[in-house]
Amino acid sequence: MATAPPPVIELRGVSKSYGGTVVLDAVDLAVRRGEVLVILGGSGTGKSVSLRHMNGLEHPDSGEVVVDGTAISHLSEDELVPVRRKVGMLFQMGALFDSMTVFENVAFALWEHTRMTEDEVAARVREVLGYVDLGPEVLPLLPSSLSGGMKKRVSLARTVALKPDVLLYDEPTTGLDPVTAMTINRLIVDLNTRLATTSVVVTHDIASTLFVADRIAFLERGRFAFVGTAAEARRSDVPGLRAFLSAGEVA
Amino acid sequence: MGLAPPAAADPFWTLPRLRRWFRRALLHMGGLGLMVKDLVREARKPWDVGEILRQMDTLGVQSITITNLTALSTGLVFALQTAYSLSEFGGKLVIGRAVVLALARELGPTLTALMVAARCGAGMTAEIGSMAVTEQVDALRALGASPIRKLVLPRVVAVTAMMPILTLIAVFHGVLGGLIVAVFDIKIGATFYLSTTLQALKFNDLMHGLCKTPFFGLEIALIGCYNGLTAHGGADGVGRATTTAVVVASITVLITDYFLSKLFLVLPFGLH
Repeated sequence: MATAPPPVIELRGVSKSYGGTVVLDAVDLAVRRGEVLVILGGSGTGKSVSLRHMNGLEHPDSGEVVVDGTAISHLSEDELVPVRRKVGMLFQMGALFDSMTVFENVAFALWEHTRMTEDEVAARVREVLGYVDLGPEVLPLLPSSLSGGMKKRVSLARTVALKPDVLLYDEPTTGLDPVTAMTINRLIVDLNTRLATTSVVVTHDIASTLFVADRIAFLERGRFAFVGTAAEARRSDVPGLRAFLSAGEVA
Repeated sequence: MGLAPPAAADPFWTLPRLRRWFRRALLHMGGLGLMVKDLVREARKPWDVGEILRQMDTLGVQSITITNLTALSTGLVFALQTAYSLSEFGGKLVIGRAVVLALARELGPTLTALMVAARCGAGMTAEIGSMAVTEQVDALRALGASPIRKLVLPRVVAVTAMMPILTLIAVFHGVLGGLIVAVFDIKIGATFYLSTTLQALKFNDLMHGLCKTPFFGLEIALIGCYNGLTAHGGADGVGRATTTAVVVASITVLITDYFLSKLFLVLPFGLH
């Protein structure tokens, strides 16, 4: 009998509190290689916090985070660098560096971590911008002159420039119009297939969830109340998830 | 009716407030200490010289106007006040000596540091704070880069290195301010003013002042960067962090000025 491959990211009994408020309460979650896992939940339920544990931006109060077989909870910032090269992250508002052009933003990680020549960097920047349907005309622009959707696409290009194995998306469609949001959703699915990555998407957008998700993890009151496929989610009797799905479908 | 009781007079109201303030101060110092520890670790790696030079320009060269104007104005007023208040004791004859010694040993370094704290401390906190609240600092970390190496180290090196230079130029402008008063108001003549100035100024006087300035620069940059990195809560949070940085940096400069002055006076090689 074939054994299942080990999860690429695993949260084992992870707890996190801020100022006495428990945000994550001994949560367990396994992200399988190659899947798109959506962490769904209401505002303030700890979705982003759980995501930020997966690349060591947050450290758990207790429990362990395992990335590709490596326990990362107690690693220093220096020791986390190889982990962060493997696990890229798209931030909610893009988090492009204001003082840098699009080219410099996308090239940043290549300059930081590779010995590529300037020509190779330029070629790679154009290639990854191509993934997100942006042409060379955006290269000299500053983030302040980009629309919200373009910022997210540039940020996505910056994230994939180093060829990460895992992509973390923090609210990728928040604040975007429905057409741009759908473009981002398609990119998530497309990049996951084209680059053979694993994706973890945090969102409260039901349409986005149903479009991109292979599996859904529903976070409620600091715990994952449900983990399963979209079809299983529809049949679930978890009240919070049922309410969430029906409210989303009505919207 | 309906107004709050006179809370300040109530010790039970004041005590928790003091405790909270003390706790915040301790957390601030602890956080700053941890940042310094990270800074020392990052300083052992290769430095981004280009970024350091850019910060020396932004934080140092572009501060010259305000630090020189402050010193010039201080020189003017100090010469005027000395001449008039000490006129019975021959004040007019000692203004060159008084201006240069006050500026070189105390006023030049301290006022330059306060101006740099106001201009650069606020600028650093606002810039890094804006990056923090828009997740750009987290993006740096997520891309495997160190915010300490990328943001803090260049600013700390730049301000620390530029402070003695800014102070030296400021002292020169202060003496120039005194010269203007000496020639056009007191009418003692430029030659006399300059000769008394040069006779009075010893190498140790200048060094006593200049040696304090790298410490001031270090404090200003560390406090500015720390408050920026820990800013949270959007524009309001950046505003609060900026105000805190300027206030804390200014107070720190004033407090350490006393202790550094004392230290340099008692050191065996003696800058007195």
